[in-house]
Amino acid sequence: MVPLQLVVILFAAAAGLAVVLARDIVRQAILFSLYGFALVVLFVVLQAPDVALSALAVSGIAYPLVLVSAIARVRARDKRGRE
Amino acid sequence: MSRTVRLTMVGVSLAGFAALLAWGVADLPSFGHYPGPYGDLIVKLVQPQRHMANAVTAVVFDYRGFDTMGEELLLFAAASALALLLRETREDEVEDIREPVLSDAIRGGGLLASIVTLVVGLYVVAHAFITPGGGFQGGVVLAASLAFLFLAIEYQRWGKVAHSSIMEPVEAFGAGAYVALGLIALASGLAFLENFMELGVFGRLSSGGSAILLNLASALAVAGGFLVIFGECLQENVGARHGSRTNR
Repeated sequence: MVPLQLVVILFAAAAGLAVVLARDIVRQAILFSLYGFALVVLFVVLQAPDVALSALAVSGIAYPLVLVSAIARVRARDKRGRE
Repeated sequence: MSRTVRLTMVGVSLAGFAALLAWGVADLPSFGHYPGPYGDLIVKLVQPQRHMANAVTAVVFDYRGFDTMGEELLLFAAASALALLLRETREDEVEDIREPVLSDAIRGGGLLASIVTLVVGLYVVAHAFITPGGGFQGGVVLAASLAFLFLAIEYQRWGKVAHSSIMEPVEAFGAGAYVALGLIALASGLAFLENFMELGVFGRLSSGGSAILLNLASALAVAGGFLVIFGECLQENVGARHGSRTNR
């Protein structure tokens, strides 16, 4: 295992831990896309550019989009519930 | 249940999982060592057999095109199910909502990001058999391009561009075309989804045979599917924020 791979694996592990430890759900969604980015870098470092592109598109764009809009939806409902 | 009992239960199950994980990891081939013959065979055969440079897309759209069809129909089913479930807010309820983008920075940045991702998406789809990427990745990037456009223009106008009455047929056409291409091969006396076109010259955009059409079909299906999902989520949000009739 070359040092670069080790660094990226540790980065992915730290980002994954951050997702689990975050309490605020929006912060968690943003940290998740950071974790996804760590995985993308890991795939590039391990010479799997096709997988990296898929991961970039799904965990960097598609998943956070759906997640954030779902959170906004639930918050709007909560707000109305309180009113 | 007391704290001690709970901690003991968690400790026992965590130790069990840790043991299973250690057992599994111990049996893995050593890091960076690839044991199977298939990858090496594909890398050797893909250029003479299929005239493609990117072995990964060659596997996805040619050697195991049938599996890819399943993946594609899976996304189709997911988008359809989501559109079915998020029927709380209807289109006519968000029709009159005006939400102008007030920040010039967001408008400019959104437009720029949209143009850049559009070019990248088209590149990734077109170069599927030459450079990394392909219909699936490119399709998501193309969908992201239209999603970025949402930052640049008002929801009302965005809804006209990426309306579900446009995106649903795009998605359905892509998914249907994939199956139809398989049936065309079947009708010409070949196996389902087998290549039925000229393979072309190695390294050209036009080479790869009918897998090119499969690639384009899946790009359409994936881009359409993601935009249906995004559009439905967005419509729900806008409806919820402005308190549409059914939500009141």
